[in-house]
Amino acid sequence: MSFTARISQAIKGAALMDFAGALGLALQHIWEPKMTVQFPFERNPQSPRFRGEHALRRYPNGEERCIACKLCEAICPAQAIYIEAEPREDGSRRTTRYDIDMVKCIYCGLCQEACPVDAIVEGPNTDFAVETREELYYDKQRLLDNGDRWERQLAKNLELDAPYR
Amino acid sequence: MGASHAGTFWGTPGGWTLLTAGQILLVAVGVLLSVVVVLYADRKIWAGVQMRKGPNVVGPFGTLQLFADAGKFLLKEIVIPDGADKLIFLAAPVFTVTLGLSAWAALPLAPGWVVSNINVGVLYLFAISSLGVYGIIMGGWASNSKYPFLGALRSAAQMVSYEVSIGFVIVTVIVLAGSMNLQTIVAQQAGWFWNWNVLGGGGWKNLPMALVMIPMSVIFFVSSLAETNRPPFDLSEAESELVAGYQVEYSSTPYLLFMMGEYINIILLCGLITVLFFGGWQAPFPTPFLKDWAPTLASLFGLAWFVLKIGFFFFMFAMVKAVVPRYRYDQLMRLGWKVFLPTSLVAVMLVAAWRVFGPTG
Repeated sequence: MSFTARISQAIKGAALMDFAGALGLALQHIWEPKMTVQFPFERNPQSPRFRGEHALRRYPNGEERCIACKLCEAICPAQAIYIEAEPREDGSRRTTRYDIDMVKCIYCGLCQEACPVDAIVEGPNTDFAVETREELYYDKQRLLDNGDRWERQLAKNLELDAPYR
Repeated sequence: MGASHAGTFWGTPGGWTLLTAGQILLVAVGVLLSVVVVLYADRKIWAGVQMRKGPNVVGPFGTLQLFADAGKFLLKEIVIPDGADKLIFLAAPVFTVTLGLSAWAALPLAPGWVVSNINVGVLYLFAISSLGVYGIIMGGWASNSKYPFLGALRSAAQMVSYEVSIGFVIVTVIVLAGSMNLQTIVAQQAGWFWNWNVLGGGGWKNLPMALVMIPMSVIFFVSSLAETNRPPFDLSEAESELVAGYQVEYSSTPYLLFMMGEYINIILLCGLITVLFFGGWQAPFPTPFLKDWAPTLASLFGLAWFVLKIGFFFFMFAMVKAVVPRYRYDQLMRLGWKVFLPTSLVAVMLVAAWRVFGPTG
């Protein structure tokens, strides 16, 4: 640094120029509208693509969508999905087990991308904190129940996202 | 306060003790209440600068938040770490608060309102605020843990360094005012605001001294930030490095006491800046009309100005916390020893020369 630059920096420092500028900015910000979102009562907007808790969907007639192709199990980078399948009495191929380890899951959304029949989806729900680890090992029934509970919003989100796929 | 009680009940030893105890209680309660106000203001101002709302749930506009916090602290379990020196561990926060409160004894709150009007009030205040570092060292050492110890060491070095420059700044004021009695120092700053010590302390004749005293008031302000471990000099409790410094092992009531002591000291130093540089309880304009008022009313008028000025300086404390990033340790030491100390030394000489050779000499 040159001598004159040093001197001018010293003068600016002694005159508290930086502080005066920052103080002005801070005083300006005090009067601006607050950005606070009062969380339990207010929430930030959520994209239809939001990847939250998983759900297994059904067709409108109540038949489960999943055809046990195991593409989701194959693509899952965290290997959180475990599927067992055998033919049902009517001969259709269905899962007998569909487990997701929500502790392993990294919420990447690849299972949803891989699924050919939009059966496994990640819904908008984020509030599924539980008290024990075991409760986070989701089985097929839990996932189907999730699908039934969130179906309206899941269908709407898929529809909103469809033009971009 | 006054010695005008001779002959009455308040003049007898018992009455005097009762009266003084009452005054002490009044000041202590007032200070503790203002700690609550100041803590709330601190959090609100900080939040405001960051465009947050701050406490707003407990009570109207969150005003009762601090009482809720205090209740929480009082009800929690006191955790004393294994290997801690129990006595010193618990004595440290008590020591801090006691020192903070005892310093208020010499601070003139309003005309005639001071618990103990000692002639060397400035020295007393300086001595008491210097002792403040012991609370922190005791707490850090007795915790028997690494982070608190590092925090305490840092804070000891920091407070000792800045006390030197604070001392010299106070000397300039003493030389300028020619008195160590805080009531006298304030009384001399009567009249228009250009009689305040920050502008030379003697009307137009002393105005050139403003060139020295304005920088001195800034140095005093910055040093008091360092002295109270406030950001940007909160190295002793730097969250990002030392978790909370000397307070790491403290919980519950001892922690509450530490925090209270810290804020009592902050208000005290705001008051000290006001008294030494900005006219204490004097209004910024001449107040001859006060002669016709009842003495209590006139004192309340002075108290209002004192509180107003303290409020302004606390606002500046809070704004500094909000806008200035934390100093690095070597920067802190450089500022203290290589900038503030020489500057205030030169200022002492200038003011002394002015008093001897100047127009008021």
